[in-house]
Amino acid sequence: MAEASEIKERTAAIAAEYTHLEGPLMPILHAVQHSFGYVPEESVQVIANAINIARAEVHGTLTFYPDFRREPAGKHVLKLCRAEACQSLGADQIAADIKANLGIDFHETTADGALTLEPIFCLGLCSCAPAAILDESRVIGRIDADKVAALVAEVTS
Amino acid sequence: MTVRIYVPRDAAAIALGAHEVAAAVANEIVSRGLDASVVRNGSRGMHWLEPLVEVDTPTGRIAYGPVSVADVASLFDADFLNGGSHALALGATEEIPFFARQTRLTFARCGITDPVSLTDYEAHGGLVGLKAAIAMTPSDVVTTVTDSGLRGRGGAGFPTGIKWRTVLDTAGEQKYIVCNADEGDSGTFADRMIMEGDPFVLIEGMAIAGLATEATKGYVYIRSEYPHAIATMEEAIATARAATVLGADVLGSGRAFDIEVRVGAGSYVCGEETSLLNSIEGKRGVVRSKPPLPAHKGLFGMPTVINNVISLASVPVILAEGPAQYQEYGVGRSRGTIPIQLAGNIKHGGLFEAPFGMTLGELVTEIGGGTHSGRPIKAVQVGGPLGAYFPESLFDTPFDYEAFAAKEGLIGHAGVTVFDDTADMLKQARFAMEFCAIESCGKCTPCRIGSTRGVETFDEIAAGADVDEQITLITDLCETMKFGSLCALGGFTPYPVMSVITHFRTDLKPTAAVQKAE
Repeated sequence: MAEASEIKERTAAIAAEYTHLEGPLMPILHAVQHSFGYVPEESVQVIANAINIARAEVHGTLTFYPDFRREPAGKHVLKLCRAEACQSLGADQIAADIKANLGIDFHETTADGALTLEPIFCLGLCSCAPAAILDESRVIGRIDADKVAALVAEVTS
Repeated sequence: MTVRIYVPRDAAAIALGAHEVAAAVANEIVSRGLDASVVRNGSRGMHWLEPLVEVDTPTGRIAYGPVSVADVASLFDADFLNGGSHALALGATEEIPFFARQTRLTFARCGITDPVSLTDYEAHGGLVGLKAAIAMTPSDVVTTVTDSGLRGRGGAGFPTGIKWRTVLDTAGEQKYIVCNADEGDSGTFADRMIMEGDPFVLIEGMAIAGLATEATKGYVYIRSEYPHAIATMEEAIATARAATVLGADVLGSGRAFDIEVRVGAGSYVCGEETSLLNSIEGKRGVVRSKPPLPAHKGLFGMPTVINNVISLASVPVILAEGPAQYQEYGVGRSRGTIPIQLAGNIKHGGLFEAPFGMTLGELVTEIGGGTHSGRPIKAVQVGGPLGAYFPESLFDTPFDYEAFAAKEGLIGHAGVTVFDDTADMLKQARFAMEFCAIESCGKCTPCRIGSTRGVETFDEIAAGADVDEQITLITDLCETMKFGSLCALGGFTPYPVMSVITHFRTDLKPTAAVQKAE
């Protein structure tokens, strides 16, 4: 993990790229998370200073949105859709099986740090449910026990 | 002549292996030394056939699907470049019954063109609406949209032209067009498909809205769950800017309009228009009280048009063809076409654009072909997590805003999610409350606390409490949430909940384990 001073320096550089925008806070938080994998505590005051708002306002926004992490995730993040269309084709059972196999619940990371499991509410893949997404953009439709096992094997090997 | 082979880049196609199929097709072209190229198009909307590969033959486009990597070599062996026969051959794409029965106005180009080619877009009727709007006064553009009868496709069904008129008539040093692309309802993907399959139509619609209301700045707020849509929109906006479709001088009109993409962060309630505005401003996605309306004081306190993706994407064809043609489609006060999304446990899932008025039964059994599992249909949820569950006895309900409201339901964003007879409706009703509890912004009490009390009450039923007593409580709670909540999240959660109580009362009973213990 990076040093506090380095985090602050990098955060300031990232924030500077967005200060010209109207309402720059969300783009900055996304960019900081993209860079560090999470939004470090040390970044909060730096962001507040960069766009001249209170630290509390940054904290308020940061903690409202489920996407923003306060600490690093595992090496890979698998998000399973929990919404109705996926439920209609057995998403709940698939999620229960994955949790049992990995020995973790949603929002948790495997002991080896390889995989974090998250719920997600709709990927817009409701016509090829149940659906999941691995990391930033690898979408997977019609997931079943075999597809999940192959995926888990791939990212934990 | 180079033969064009189409392999969709739509996220649903990718989720079913389109990237791998496209790579395999490209490999075969090289290894066989053929004169052919791969175009990554949008999806035709027949998702059960994805990846749907099409070949442009002299007699039109021929479809093959669903294609897996293992099928690719055999397609070439079967001379599919000339429309050769193969086990996966589906004939002419546009003659596939699911496609042939549609009326494609908003989705006219989706799946046909290369989504990021502005040349392709113009060759297929693109920019005609914007050019027409440039030649008109702002007021006349608004009148055209009003006359078309277009109503907000995000779910509320508010007349688009009236919203625009309010913004045009409100003075402001900076006005905004905000596109709500926070398509969070389960069972919906029309916004995603248009952004990935025909992004220029949304850009054109937003530019027309800008000209009509004298707004010079637009934002597309896209949910983070749609990485492919975000990438495609960013690319298309850059292309549009380079071609002066966007910028300081839109198509030489002397008028300015530009668009920026903003990305959400996993909050469902940000699909509510005032939460969305707060989110763009960098605040918590908390709902604002109305009034003031966003049309008067919206983004950064300025007059703001906020419309759904499909509303805006329907504007170019209205300007191009005139309001009368659009208005001719539909029934009652629901005019034009609606892109219906068939989802969940359905055999033929995908996007079906049709004039308002088809019955729910026609959509799920005839068009959708029944369930994916092959079992009988038990319930159909229309309109996402805030929509009612309809039983088969209501399958004669026509797809129309008022007809659904009369049956204690809503069309919402036109998502149709099918459940087979294994569905446990107690679980679905509980989930509606749970979802509301997870996603509540916390501003108003009925939504913030009511949803949690709702979950607990359903748990009481499952644990063996007196069902009638609990239903009385839930009904009372739903009344409070419906009339006391600030926005549709708390206000509409009662729809799925009450529909289960009304139509699936027999599912409200203790779990099997509890029954056995007694």
